Amino acid sequence: MEIVLVGLNFRTAPVEVREKVSFSAEQALQASEELRSNGILEETLVLSTCNRSEVYGVNPNGTRESAAALSRYLSRFHELQPDLLNRSLYHHYDHDVVRHLFRVSAGLESMLLGEAEILGQVRDAYLRAQNGNGTGPVLNRLFQAALEVGKRVRAETELGTRPMGVASAGMKLAERIFGKLNDRSALVLGAGTISEQVVSQLRDRNIGRLYLANRSREKAQEFAERYGGEVLEWGEWETALKLPDVIVSAVGVQEPLLTKPLIERAMASRGNRALFLMDLGLPRNIAPGVAELYNTYLYTMDDLTEIVQQNRSARQSEVPKAEALVEEHVGKFISWQASVELIGVLDSLRERMKSRRASFLLEKSSGIERYSAEDREHLIGLMDELIERLLIGPAERLRAEKEFRKKIRNVEAIRELFLSSREKP
Amino acid sequence: MTQTFVIITVLAYLASWGLYVRFLNGGNEAAGRLATVLMFLGLAAHYLALLLRAKGTHAVPYHDLQGSMSLFGWLLAVTYLCLEIYHRQRTVGAFVLPVILAFFFTSFLVPDHPSPPSAAHGVVFALHVTLSILAYAAFALSCVLSLIYLAEQRFLRIRKLGDAFWRLPPLELLERMSRTSVLLGLITITVGTALGYWAVDRQPGQPAFFDPKYLMTLLVLVLYVAYFRLARTTAWRGARASMLCVFNFVLVVLSFTVVNLYFSQHHRYF
Repeated sequence: MEIVLVGLNFRTAPVEVREKVSFSAEQALQASEELRSNGILEETLVLSTCNRSEVYGVNPNGTRESAAALSRYLSRFHELQPDLLNRSLYHHYDHDVVRHLFRVSAGLESMLLGEAEILGQVRDAYLRAQNGNGTGPVLNRLFQAALEVGKRVRAETELGTRPMGVASAGMKLAERIFGKLNDRSALVLGAGTISEQVVSQLRDRNIGRLYLANRSREKAQEFAERYGGEVLEWGEWETALKLPDVIVSAVGVQEPLLTKPLIERAMASRGNRALFLMDLGLPRNIAPGVAELYNTYLYTMDDLTEIVQQNRSARQSEVPKAEALVEEHVGKFISWQASVELIGVLDSLRERMKSRRASFLLEKSSGIERYSAEDREHLIGLMDELIERLLIGPAERLRAEKEFRKKIRNVEAIRELFLSSREKP
Repeated sequence: MTQTFVIITVLAYLASWGLYVRFLNGGNEAAGRLATVLMFLGLAAHYLALLLRAKGTHAVPYHDLQGSMSLFGWLLAVTYLCLEIYHRQRTVGAFVLPVILAFFFTSFLVPDHPSPPSAAHGVVFALHVTLSILAYAAFALSCVLSLIYLAEQRFLRIRKLGDAFWRLPPLELLERMSRTSVLLGLITITVGTALGYWAVDRQPGQPAFFDPKYLMTLLVLVLYVAYFRLARTTAWRGARASMLCVFNFVLVVLSFTVVNLYFSQHHRYF
């Protein structure tokens, strides 16, 4: 059994190459089917995100030739010059594939270290391949383990805990005040790129009610249609500010849009419930004095950027912990792989001994001619029982071996001593 | 035998605390679950230690200061676990366990002098004492939760977010947990005090209705009712209510110490 991976990512290929080698969901299924029907791979899975395109497979012949065939197939599929593509491609085999995939799902191979999205992308790719019958026992096991590694790394390390973008940092802070945002409301002022990022983050967190306001009502309406939400009249702050728990402002102004007296009145009318304000505009959209008001939490672009910087270095310090988890699961997977191979070795050994028993009886047929058919059957039965008894001890000792490397060495020794290369599983 | 259960209690609480801290720092779910399991184990061992001690001294745990403090620690642990399960929030465990451990250890440091037998006894009296201690444990827990709230709120306002900050419970959840704890305390102290009056009424001879401890308890009751009401109002919700909760607990501690030692004729430890 040999697992193979051929792919490219943001480290090995520029964006011009990456966009040419990316797979849509349909293309991933098509490529997967073709690779299996052409006999290049037995099990296949295509993982394609904006930063990577990778084809995982299990080789039917246990050789590394399929990697070259896979590279040729990829250049044909995407109509690219083989030379151009080969410069960007990497090939991994067996344990290196396992380690690579586990690192990918842990977010260690991501452009934004520890990003959470990759785990969902790995899950989607796996489910798609599974539904398309692309995966088998090996890739199923491999990807289930990868998803587990991803979950553990995010649960047990700080790698995924701390937000890395200004918008997500703001959302995380809001969650520290209100908990889940699904029964909360937010007001986003502005309809530019930053506002869009914030709205996307709010939608990801299933914000209960989303209000939008912009100088140009049409743009706000367009925004609301795209993301869902209610458009409020620009400038009618007395009514608008009563509603939300989170206010995000990212508009171009010369003077602060939301002044201290305005927020003070809004706080009084909303019963002093906590209010989280994110000022992402330059010059500032919200008067700094708002931060002094009771139960208000004001964060500016600078505050959030500083948090992101702190988080970046904190995430970096979590890498060794995440890597230790990855190695633990690589060990587990290799152990599973070895136990599967162990069963294969024992089956092959049993088959070989039985075939030697048959040829031995044939060789000695002159000596046992006088036995009746019944006696011969009995004799064969006894010899089979002897084979089983001879195998029980070593099999149990092999299974019970705790030290993984010793187990592998023992399996290798059986292969070398008792099996021909043809019989090796 | 009591010694064995005391050791098991200490080990279980210490291990549970370590795991709660690990859960707070790294978010390790398995560590969090194990911390809760060990807390249950500690509770069971603590209960058996209290039971065997009571059998050994032929007296209820609250008969002396040592037993009273240990019982307080046990009821605090029970209240915390109920709150953890009800609100599905484990991160507070790292802050509550030291308080439980402090009461448990301190109970062994106080002199083990046998107290004179109390005139009051019986089921009603036992319920009065147990419910009152449970109420104080619930108030202690609400104080710990309020302190966490104030610290977290301060970090948020001054924008100094440390490592553990991202794992702390949301402010509004802390408020809810604190209110649940106070509600439990209010119910148990009301029933406990009423049972206390009933127990006194059943006493032969001169019933002591005018102990300063009663006035203190009524004051504590009024202040916690005020907290419960104010915590939802415009002017008080948030940090102010949490500060009131901490202040109330300071009064509870005063009621334990100054009032019991110097003013009360009929209350010894709680």
